Amino acid sequence: MTVLELSRWQFGITTVYHFIFVPLTLSLSYLVAVMQTLWRVRKDDVYLRMTKFFGKIFLINFAVGVVTGIVQEFQFGMNWSAYSKFVGNVFGAPLAMEALLTFFLESTFIGVWIFGWNKLSPRLHLASIWLVSVGTSMSAFFILAANSWMQRPVGYRVDPATHRVVLTSILAVLTNPTVLATWPHVFFAAFMVAGAVIVAASAWHLARHSDLDVFRKAMRLGLVVTLLAGIATAVTGDVQARMMESQQPMKMAAAEALYTTQSGASFSLFTIGSLNGDKELWSVRVPYLLSLISTMNPHGTVQGINNVEKAYARKYGPGQYKPVIPVTYWSFRLMIGFGSLAALLAALGLWLTRRRARPRSRWFYRVALWGLPLPYLGIASGWIFTEMGRQPWTVFGLLTTAQSVSPGVTVSSVIASLTVFTLLYAALAGIAWWLTVRHVKEGAPAEAGQPGAPEPLPVFQY
Amino acid sequence: MNLATFWFILIAILWSGYFVLEGFDFGVGILLPFLGRDDAERRTMINTIGPVWDGNEVWLLTAGGAMFAAFPSWYATLFSGFYLPLLLILAALIIRGVCFEFRSKVEDPRWRAAWDRALFAGSALPALLWGVAFANIVRGVPLNAAHVYTGNLLTLLNWYGLLGGLVTLSLFTLHGAIFLVLRTTGELSRRARLMAARAALAAVPLAAVFLAVTQYSHGRPATGVTAAVAAVALIGGAAAAIRGREGWAFTGTALALMLAVATLFGDLWPNVMPSSTSPLYSLTVANASSAHYTLVVMSWVALLFTPVVLGYQGWTYWVFRQRLAGPVVTPPAAGQETPEPVGGRS
Repeated sequence: MTVLELSRWQFGITTVYHFIFVPLTLSLSYLVAVMQTLWRVRKDDVYLRMTKFFGKIFLINFAVGVVTGIVQEFQFGMNWSAYSKFVGNVFGAPLAMEALLTFFLESTFIGVWIFGWNKLSPRLHLASIWLVSVGTSMSAFFILAANSWMQRPVGYRVDPATHRVVLTSILAVLTNPTVLATWPHVFFAAFMVAGAVIVAASAWHLARHSDLDVFRKAMRLGLVVTLLAGIATAVTGDVQARMMESQQPMKMAAAEALYTTQSGASFSLFTIGSLNGDKELWSVRVPYLLSLISTMNPHGTVQGINNVEKAYARKYGPGQYKPVIPVTYWSFRLMIGFGSLAALLAALGLWLTRRRARPRSRWFYRVALWGLPLPYLGIASGWIFTEMGRQPWTVFGLLTTAQSVSPGVTVSSVIASLTVFTLLYAALAGIAWWLTVRHVKEGAPAEAGQPGAPEPLPVFQY
Repeated sequence: MNLATFWFILIAILWSGYFVLEGFDFGVGILLPFLGRDDAERRTMINTIGPVWDGNEVWLLTAGGAMFAAFPSWYATLFSGFYLPLLLILAALIIRGVCFEFRSKVEDPRWRAAWDRALFAGSALPALLWGVAFANIVRGVPLNAAHVYTGNLLTLLNWYGLLGGLVTLSLFTLHGAIFLVLRTTGELSRRARLMAARAALAAVPLAAVFLAVTQYSHGRPATGVTAAVAAVALIGGAAAAIRGREGWAFTGTALALMLAVATLFGDLWPNVMPSSTSPLYSLTVANASSAHYTLVVMSWVALLFTPVVLGYQGWTYWVFRQRLAGPVVTPPAAGQETPEPVGGRS
């Protein structure tokens, strides 16, 4: 293994892992804020119990998201120093803005929210969780602006003296059409995670007839959120697909493993055979669908891998310009498949729980519990697709991944860090999961003021 | 003053803010096994930093982000060169960060004892390593013509680097002890004061020697002043701590930390990372900085938003300013306000 390969594995593992926790932070903060607002407005203690119950899940998850985020900022410099030097002028700006404008906001007000339950006026305390929510989603915006710049560089020029990129317009970077499409996609996908978490936790209790007043409401909320977020994720993903066809045609071709340019191209749901284009043993195809999603026209032309690669060789010089096709092909399908399945199950769940019905079948609760991984897997597949689909580039058309790696770092160092991060992250995932399950099983805390109930505030202190 | 120098100063301010704020966080974590006699006391100690530690840590992320944006080459060389120390710091910060949230979730004493040890290690290790790292930056490390670090982990473990590490470790411990005196009452506060006196016995001579050596080998007249004032502030702070003037004591250690960072950055300038291989290979404010437009954009962002951040972060310190009383022993009498559990207002 080379430093390059090891560093890529490390970046992939740490990023996918970090992004297990980020979506729930992003979405559950808003939903907890909504629950707490409902409690303030309707004066119904059910919503306070809901706030505390899901608030605790949110905090366990938030902690892991925060600590794994530090690694993300550091490893650009540690493992990708050539990249950092090359892009720092442009890429560093949104990262620094994220820290100053949003990370301070969420980190400061999360402390205020945890410890402020009876120190602040109810209104200010409620405002603190809303500020956390706004902070996390703005934070996601800056990070995605940085990532979108790697997918489609804008607002820069290459300085011929230093061979580095120089920022020419920060506005262009922050209004890059790619980030304007990516941010909503990620934002809505994140809500599918929160929806699935709420549904799973509620199902566990509803199946046992415990805390029905809280978890009936929560179940409906979770299902509605999952379904609406699923639809919004699909719509925004569709916008992205067309953008990808024009900005990164190779990625779209690799998503379908389409080797030659084609009009009225079909979309394969499933293929058995070799993906290098020479053999296809069996596949299930939807006619015209690929052309439709890439160009909005069933007869539209979709560029093939071989054609794009030839064009790139003319433009960037001889070389290999295609990503690992089986990875892009399957991750694209898994992303859509997991996401669609989650949304379909949510629609089914809404139908089965209509008019306050409480399904009797144990299957309903089993599916609700086992549906939990679906949005997580969808999101992981989506990131693997978009990052692997950009290869061999780190910055599309400007810098390859091979050129990006740190020149002075040794194999043994990266083996050490890869081992430490993998083991540490696995342990953290196990502990966070165990704590969350334990908390879910304990149920929603008793209503405030109920005789014999333990002092309900401050529930979140350390 | 050009914009690159402005950003050099801003980054120095971010690091000194980080050292002052997370410094006492680290100190509280380091003192946890020595000062907290039972779980209730340890919880009180943790809750003194509970509302603020996360916001304090963002100073590090902002310092890192600012270096990336304003001095990409500095960020690239430093972070890839100090790979293994940073790995250790990251592992420590990860473990420490989840401690706060995970520790309180389970009542089992073994669970809590395990996290207490993790919080100690997760605080002590970065407290030591940041000093090692900064002393080495000032001392100069082997960089080749392409500004790539050519040393290894042992290169950094020289006596000056280790002295720097002991200085930050002992200073943060002292700073944290004084913070605890300031933020607790009764028995815990009294013991924290004794601990501050003991920590001062280590921190004052170590810092004085380090500042003197630094001034002698890398200093300029201006840093002579900052180093001297840092030493005076530290001695004054330690004296105030012993006399029970914890407000002044905290001001003293905070000032000492800020001026110590100012001294190190003052020694560096106009370099950002001197090369011990050849002065020609040093990274400087001029050759490591971003282009003008990036610095202009970032300057506007910093000028507009830093006051806002300082405003609301300062406000949280004001909100959580009451001393923590520790465990509530007496049951509430009828008609009285119900006392809050551990960590609440006294």
